[in-house]
Amino acid sequence: MHCGDHGPAIKMAMSILVRMAEVSGAKELIDITGAHIDSTIYIGDAGLEFAERLAGLGAKVSVPTTLNVSGLDEHHWKEWAVPSEWARQAQRQMVAYQSMGTIPTWTCAPYQTEMRPKFGQQIAWGESNAIVFANSVIGARTERYPDMFDICCAITGRAAAIGLHLAENRAGGLLLQLKDIPDALQQSDDFYPVLGHFIGKVSLDRIPVIAGMSVFPNEDQLKALGAAASSSGGVALFHIVGVTPEAPTLESAFQGDQPQKTIDVTMELLRQSRSELTHTDSEDLDMVVLGSPHFSLAEFRQLAPLVAGKQKHSNVKFLVTSSRAMTQLAKQAGFLDPLQTFGAQLTVDTCILATPMLPAEIKYLMTNSAKFAYYTPGLLARKIAFGSLKDCVDSAVEGKIVRDDSLWRK
Amino acid sequence: MEKISIKGNPIITGIAKGIALVSNEPLSFWGGYDWKTGEIIDRRHPLSGEIAKDRILAIPFTRGSSTTTSVLLESVRAKTSPAAIITTATDFFFALASVVADELYAKPIPLVAISESDFARLHTGDQIEIDQQGMIEVRRLISSLT
Repeated sequence: MHCGDHGPAIKMAMSILVRMAEVSGAKELIDITGAHIDSTIYIGDAGLEFAERLAGLGAKVSVPTTLNVSGLDEHHWKEWAVPSEWARQAQRQMVAYQSMGTIPTWTCAPYQTEMRPKFGQQIAWGESNAIVFANSVIGARTERYPDMFDICCAITGRAAAIGLHLAENRAGGLLLQLKDIPDALQQSDDFYPVLGHFIGKVSLDRIPVIAGMSVFPNEDQLKALGAAASSSGGVALFHIVGVTPEAPTLESAFQGDQPQKTIDVTMELLRQSRSELTHTDSEDLDMVVLGSPHFSLAEFRQLAPLVAGKQKHSNVKFLVTSSRAMTQLAKQAGFLDPLQTFGAQLTVDTCILATPMLPAEIKYLMTNSAKFAYYTPGLLARKIAFGSLKDCVDSAVEGKIVRDDSLWRK
Repeated sequence: MEKISIKGNPIITGIAKGIALVSNEPLSFWGGYDWKTGEIIDRRHPLSGEIAKDRILAIPFTRGSSTTTSVLLESVRAKTSPAAIITTATDFFFALASVVADELYAKPIPLVAISESDFARLHTGDQIEIDQQGMIEVRRLISSLT
């Protein structure tokens, strides 16, 4: 297939794929059944030139392919500080990827769409949080793929037989044993991003296995854990014994081998991890941001009663980022009405990290997402505080950062 | 002036010369590298505030975002990229950016992988030269070469 008889776009994609297969020592290529494209995020003109080069050569994807967040909320960007030149370039990038026969999901949570892969399927996904979710929670198989390689796989329908595509590379390496973590904390939504942030930092290039969990976390909690671990670290797969599909037992998580290393996860370590997610000394608050990864229908269902009958403080903005699909379902379910009364705003297709939407006067942010918390100081040069979903709502009402620490105390 | 040689594995071949910028801490270029200036902007990273443009950047591997590749590619186009990158294993993200930079601009970034023990011998400020075969020549003004 590595020749020109399938057209120039396939030739370019295959040439990149084959070079990368050689670089990574792959013995062969494999077929994939789906792809998710992270390169939709507009960063600058090089990424745009790459997308338009492929589109101009007539590139078409050969497997069902979802699109990650773009650099623009096409319908609401004018309400924010997005420069029109940026909007024009980001839109060109959207058009280029859409022209390739892709599915315009515009979400970093493609596992919340009908295109969600199934256990054991070979896929090629970009977007760190989506990769770790697909591997860990679903048991589909993707290597940790970067921008631009994802589209090469989608066009050719192939990937290199490396890394997490292969069963033997999916065994755990690092055992994380939860020690005396109260059930009440394990049930709390802010436990998971804090645990994930810790795991990302200690895992290095090993696959982490979490043991000793006494509750069965829901999908949004696992989403938060994975997003955190793939921000503070390079985690592309984790196992939780008794929870995730490749870890019914400790033995199966390690494929019969012994852990290379064991770490006891104590309250002390978690308190430290939680404090690292806050990057401000002030109680000041200008804006609450939720939805990294994109808010799910279940999260809208959880948020609606928390804000019902309340109104946010007039000095604070309250933003939820999600996909068009989840937002539409939430609207049909009646979850958006209390948000509107509360004074919340919605952004779809993108998020605060992927589009320059924040006006200069917004300086102090708060979030329930470890991923937002991790990237905000570098990407946005703003102060950020981390708290639970309820802390975020309470703070928006008070007009300053307030947090309930009762579950975290000694 | 003392001198050591390290035999590396050339992931993407090329020659490069520059002053080393070294950290044991993995880095995401998305949220970690400003492609407009070449500054390291991950405020939690030990190299925060350093300019990596035209330096020989040595970090063990990438962490975090898939967008690291896009940011590195932008830096090649904007001429703010490191002169070469040294890692402890093949880093797929850096390699892909370098391959696409070759495809689009005929400007691949030389990438060399070395062992963890050799990596520990590198220090910020070393004068480094990399050749086509992945041989790394390290020169340091004040002794203490290990």
